[in-house]
Amino acid sequence: MPMTVEKAEVTLPSEREVRVTRSFKAPRALVFKAYTETDLVRRWMLGPPGWSMPVCEMDVRVGGGYRWRWRSDEDGTEFGFSGKFREVQPPSRLVHTEAYEPATVGGSYPANEAIVTTLFAEDAGVTTVTTLIDFGSKEARDAAVATGMTDGMEQSYQLLDRLLTERTSGSA
Amino acid sequence: MAIETAASARLDATFLALADPTRRAILARLALGEATVTELAAPFEMSQPAISKHLKVLERAGLVSAGQDAQRRPRRIEGKPLAEVSVWLERYRSVWEANFQRLDRLLEELQRSESPRRRARSRRPR
Repeated sequence: MPMTVEKAEVTLPSEREVRVTRSFKAPRALVFKAYTETDLVRRWMLGPPGWSMPVCEMDVRVGGGYRWRWRSDEDGTEFGFSGKFREVQPPSRLVHTEAYEPATVGGSYPANEAIVTTLFAEDAGVTTVTTLIDFGSKEARDAAVATGMTDGMEQSYQLLDRLLTERTSGSA
Repeated sequence: MAIETAASARLDATFLALADPTRRAILARLALGEATVTELAAPFEMSQPAISKHLKVLERAGLVSAGQDAQRRPRRIEGKPLAEVSVWLERYRSVWEANFQRLDRLLEELQRSESPRRRARSRRPR
């Protein structure tokens, strides 16, 4: 992973998957820690502006479970994810299942479990985190992406151009 | 979230069209300007009928249209479905980016609080 990705990049590597890539100016042991210690996780994994994370429980070991829940400060609506850790290899790799927890928003979110693989690669003090979410089916993937929880939507039309350029130069 | 219901069928067609590397390459070529089937087939090791098949999928998704010139029928890229997909992905992306910007700040803070200790350790003679 030689490239530094300064803004989160979302690509669709297959019909069932979404890949999110982002670089951080920190050693990967620290980034891994920020992904796996609950008191750190709940300080950043808050979703869109105006949401808090009242539940953040994680038993980070193979077979251990986790539960995340978010609440809108404005109207109290909630949603969450839960699952189990399948692979825990500090500081380079995490694999966990992810099921949507019934809630007041995201009615169209797929009911089946996704498998989330998070890779941490360090190069010259910069850690690039690649998150690959396998939704198990195209329908589930599309529904999950459509359940964007943000209201601060940026009308950027540049992303797909970038995706296309990146993909075509990669496959040529 | 009107986009979920109103545009979902169209998004399906768009995603199907974009799921193939040859079709993405065709779109990338058309983004530079219109081109005939012959011109589009040239860079690929593929017959013109094969390229035409890909073009049909792209046309059904509304991503590509054919020009009026009956002889050449130059194809051109249509921006609207692409814009819909990219708005949709951008919304998803912005949720992640909001988290990552908070993570940037947290990592910075953690490194600031860790660095005095690290310096003290490295100064210690072996």
